[in-house]
Amino acid sequence: MNILHTWIASAALAIVTVAPIPVFADGDPDAGERVFRRCISCHAIGPDAGNKVGPTLNEIFGRVAGTVEGFRYSRALVAAGQEGLVWDDANMDAFITRPARLVPGTRMSFSGLRKAEDRANLIAFLHTLTPETAMGTAHLVPGDPELPDEIMALVGDVAYGQYLASSCVTCHQVGNTESNIPSIIGWPAPAMVTVLHAYKNKNRDNDVMQQQTGTLSNEEIAALAAYFETLE
Amino acid sequence: MKLDRRGFLGAGVAAAATASAPMVMAGSHGKPKVVVIGGGAGGATAARYIAKDSGGAIDVTLIEPSRTYYTCFFSNLYLGGYRDMASLGHSYGGLAAQGINVVHDWAIGVDRDAKTVALAGGGSVPYDKLIMSPGIDFRDGAVEGWDLSSQNAMPHAYKAGSQTELLKAQIDAMPQGGTFAMVAPPNPFRCPPGPYERISMVAHHMKNNNPTAKILILDPKAKFSKQGLFQDGWARHYGNMIEWIGPDFGGDMVSVDPGAMEVNIDGEVTKVDVCNVIPAMKAGRIAELAGVTNEAGWAPVDPHTMATRADGDIYVLGDSSQQGDMPKSGFSANSQAKVCAMAVRGALTGSATFPARFSNTCWSLIETDDGIKVGASYEATDDKIAKTSGFVSQVGEDDATRAATYQESIGWYDGITADMFG
Ligand SMILES: Cc1cc2nc3c(=O)[nH]c(=O)nc-3n(C[C@H](O)[C@H](O)[C@H](O)COP(=O)(O)OP(=O)(O)OC[C@H]3O[C@@H](n4cnc5c(N)ncnc54)[C@H](O)[C@@H]3O)c2cc1C
Repeated sequence: MNILHTWIASAALAIVTVAPIPVFADGDPDAGERVFRRCISCHAIGPDAGNKVGPTLNEIFGRVAGTVEGFRYSRALVAAGQEGLVWDDANMDAFITRPARLVPGTRMSFSGLRKAEDRANLIAFLHTLTPETAMGTAHLVPGDPELPDEIMALVGDVAYGQYLASSCVTCHQVGNTESNIPSIIGWPAPAMVTVLHAYKNKNRDNDVMQQQTGTLSNEEIAALAAYFETLE
Repeated sequence: MKLDRRGFLGAGVAAAATASAPMVMAGSHGKPKVVVIGGGAGGATAARYIAKDSGGAIDVTLIEPSRTYYTCFFSNLYLGGYRDMASLGHSYGGLAAQGINVVHDWAIGVDRDAKTVALAGGGSVPYDKLIMSPGIDFRDGAVEGWDLSSQNAMPHAYKAGSQTELLKAQIDAMPQGGTFAMVAPPNPFRCPPGPYERISMVAHHMKNNNPTAKILILDPKAKFSKQGLFQDGWARHYGNMIEWIGPDFGGDMVSVDPGAMEVNIDGEVTKVDVCNVIPAMKAGRIAELAGVTNEAGWAPVDPHTMATRADGDIYVLGDSSQQGDMPKSGFSANSQAKVCAMAVRGALTGSATFPARFSNTCWSLIETDDGIKVGASYEATDDKIAKTSGFVSQVGEDDATRAATYQESIGWYDGITADMFG
């Protein structure tokens, strides 16, 4: 059996196997809350939740793996994050199927959820703990594309992104000032990638943005997303 | 050692530093020195990016006579009454705070052998790399009867500030039913839609203050930027107030008499109340003095870096450059400045360089909430900056689209001025 979703472990650009059917896309959060009882002894959630045996799962989506503040991760998980593992639905699904398979060396001693339906429901529930802004879904609109994994998984080069971004910041101000044109700094990379592709594919229809993105390759979009994510 | 850019792109690798070894200039005072002449759209941006991205490794001096830069962009909106002059003024305090040595003086000469720039106030400034973005100057004798000494009677208002204020005062003082004439420039010139946006703004003013006024455009060009969009807008908003006289009807055979306030169109003399003469243009004079311009009056540059063809240590940006397909606009100058800043940093400190890419968008306002735009992307080829693709607003767009375009232009104005001045 192959790991359906993985991330790029190096600068090499393509991997990824058969596109899976994203069952997790339509889980039931209420049912997921019941599944979560199996997690609760190690993971705290909700307002003021801190870390326990495992990190809090508040705002987990869109987050780089191994980066919840104050939690001591295994080296394996930190390395995975540094190599580009970001918690999106697909990676979360793979992880909770069997944590040690996606991230060998993780300290999470949970054997996994075998049933796809349980995983889908749990993911739907965990989404309720991630405010839209943190997830970047605040930046998304209906009609934005579902991008193939090989695009979402690209790891952008920040230095190249900085150069490319010089053309964005003619209009999008660095800093949080918005004057009729939205601020784009600090967006989670997956949201930025999705939105840029939405313009490139003409799912969104601002002609300046279509023009700007029309000349960008997938790698260049990843680079921009990586750079803007670093700004505060 | 030069990287093959096509090969670079073809490799599909997102980024790589050039393989060239750092060529740190061992100047007498250690740090490499960049001097920038002109603190406008091109120069301010280049100075800021080099200072910001080199983290203090490069000494940046900006030479600019004015303490306040008034943008030409949106100066037409001032004429239309949408902006005040103060909102177009920007100071250099932010650049100074970035560590840039801002010298308020004129550059009056460049010694390319000694690599120094002479200042009007005396003394000179040494450089390892010199960047010039001095904007435009007017060609002598371009419009018969007009020279710089007539600019009070017949303003050009094509450098923003007091000229713009003068033109505005003349428009405001125009007698009811009077005539406003514009002598439009031949190609190439700063801001291709600029004269026609200006006509729109004057018409907007007249419609509300002087509805029987007439507006004449005397144009040596057979066609102009966004022509269909402007003419459609003029017909919708301003009836037959505006008359465009192209070369077929003598628009290319115009002389003026500033004393008598007359224009002569191919032998036919017309009395006018305001006359906006926008003469043919050339590179800012200092580029010519540095010997980097050609017979046409512009400075040919290498599209990959904006270095002049005449001198690899002198770069020319913006309106003064002859680069290929990009229009002479603030947006273009800003875009070119970023490529140049990267190339100059790379040459002086060995920092990573990437293949040059450029873009431009020009927004224009036809009437309240009726904005249009034209834009394109460009790449560097060996002989020119070449357009790769573009877009333009369409005739018949709905009101919401046009209003959004105008709102977007305001965002762009705030964005680019922040990008220039920090
Ligand atoms: C009416 C009008 C409307 C416009 N609208 C738009 C628009 O909507 N969008 C757009 O993108 N562009 C617009 N433009 C064009 C835009 O203003 C120019 O293309 C842009 O300013 C060019 O930048 P630059 O750096 O080449 O020159 P400038 O911005 O003109 O800067 C040149 C600077 O160099 C300085 N200088 C000159 N000589 C010397 C010297 N010897 N020593 C020291 N300093 C010197 C000058 O003082 C000046 O500050 C418009 C222009 C006009 C006239």
